[in-house]
Amino acid sequence: MSVDRDTVRRIATLARIRVKEEELDQLAGELSSILNWIEMLNEVDTEGVEPMTSVEQMEMKKRDDVVTDGFCPDDVLANAPRREGNFFAVPKVVE
Amino acid sequence: MTDLTKLTLAQARDGLAAKEFSAHELTEAYLDAMSAGRALNAYVAETPDIALKMAKDSDERIARGEARPLEGLPIGVKDLYATRDVHTQACSHILDGFKPRYESTVTANLWNDGAVMLGKLNMDEFAMGSSNETSWYGPVANPWKVSGSDEILVPGGSSGGSAAAVAARLCAAATATDTGGSIRQPAAFTGTVGIKPTYGRCSRWGIVAFASSLDQAGPITRTVRDAAMMLTSMAGHDEKDTTSANVPVPDFEAALGGDLTGLKVGIPKEYRADGMADEITALWERGAAWLKERGAQIVEVSLPHTRYALAAYYIVAPAEASSNLARYDGVRYGLRVDGKDITEMYENTRAEGFGAEVRRRVMIGTYVLSAGYYDAYYLKAQKVRALIKRDFDAAFEAVDVLLTPATPSAAFARGAMTDDPLQMYLNDIFTVTVNMAGLPGISVPAGFSGEGLPLGLQLIGRPFDEETLLKTAAHIEEAAGLDLAPAQWWK
Repeated sequence: MSVDRDTVRRIATLARIRVKEEELDQLAGELSSILNWIEMLNEVDTEGVEPMTSVEQMEMKKRDDVVTDGFCPDDVLANAPRREGNFFAVPKVVE
Repeated sequence: MTDLTKLTLAQARDGLAAKEFSAHELTEAYLDAMSAGRALNAYVAETPDIALKMAKDSDERIARGEARPLEGLPIGVKDLYATRDVHTQACSHILDGFKPRYESTVTANLWNDGAVMLGKLNMDEFAMGSSNETSWYGPVANPWKVSGSDEILVPGGSSGGSAAAVAARLCAAATATDTGGSIRQPAAFTGTVGIKPTYGRCSRWGIVAFASSLDQAGPITRTVRDAAMMLTSMAGHDEKDTTSANVPVPDFEAALGGDLTGLKVGIPKEYRADGMADEITALWERGAAWLKERGAQIVEVSLPHTRYALAAYYIVAPAEASSNLARYDGVRYGLRVDGKDITEMYENTRAEGFGAEVRRRVMIGTYVLSAGYYDAYYLKAQKVRALIKRDFDAAFEAVDVLLTPATPSAAFARGAMTDDPLQMYLNDIFTVTVNMAGLPGISVPAGFSGEGLPLGLQLIGRPFDEETLLKTAAHIEEAAGLDLAPAQWWK
């Protein structure tokens, strides 16, 4: 599977990572070589094999739906790059 | 007084118990060694004030006769573990300045057992790498060098700071994590012991997530006994991690000793990789011979899907990473790079905050999970993963433990593989299958290369049978009888 410049641009948008125009060719080459190598999995017959989603043979643990933590806004916001009152501040989203 | 940093974790424990020295003296010895060892770049944050405070508490406890299992023993913590109010950045630029208001379960377990924190250890950014060259804080130097050479070698990765610090005696033991080999490969490169426990054995809560179905915490230590001590304290069920296993934690140290009569050791034939170095083959054969002399039976087994494990891993791990790393957006913590709107802020923050290898993996992960490709890549990889697990299940019907090389080579030179991601990935060829199947694996030093560098052997066990791994590894350690103190060129 070969990845072209447009595909790299599309993946970068999906991943929310700005990629400079001059980086597109190199990234396309790197991603293509990794994806080409991964193609070897097509040799494996996986007909009828259930996909493995967890290594553990255990039932999903559940807990009571009660509050166990919270009421600590200063802790939650302690690392905020920008804070206004008890809120994370971000650039204006709604015009 | 003799140099206290020469003592193993177990020897230091016994010395403290016998009041031959204090926790304060032991901690000071390590703080001095850390200052003298900064050329290795093993630590990204030193915490001497916390260490001395914890040592003082330990001395008081010892005086009162209330010593806990790791009382007063100075350890280093991989930067991936959240440590309350202390530098925690997964060695990434994007987590600049992050100091969590909480403590990871595993480190909390260690402090509750009396351990002393010396600082945070360098690693590959977000644990993505096999040479500790992707860290925002610069590369770590391997304490070992080729005989007669001044060239700097890599310590392996991603837990390169942990391995280098333990090998260079800059801590008595260290925490590490392993997603595809990140404990066992650096341990092999530095002449240290590294155990990746069974998935679920240690809580992942408070450890920065890379690939959640593969990540597992474990220790890097100087001896197998030290590994057993650390694992006993680190392991345990945790309600805050739904994948943490509710199984009893044995005293792993008690598993050491006794011969290996009746133990069946499997040699997976597919691990005889084409072009394997002769000295790796010889090391492997010697290891099998040692176990046989001590009563074990050697059996050849087959793990037919071994050659596909690495490719499947490089779908599963980046896919999970792209999802886990979506949280780094410049809003709640770490770096923020402004833009004209919020989307541009995300894109600018992530472009500047992630290094090249992390960006590469996030993009691969995003691609394989994107519409139209999910079945061809992610679903296919999960099916191959099921087959890899099935191979191990079949092998463990015939044998108790598997013996393999830990790495395809000894440590390599800094910069030797940075231009070729695929070549770098092949470092994990012997370790990655273990993560895919969720099994425990240990790397134990077993010999030296022709150039005088340490080499490791790997043992792989049944789920939750770390005791057999530790017991068997201790026999290899004893049979090898190596002097694993590198020359202290960094002083």
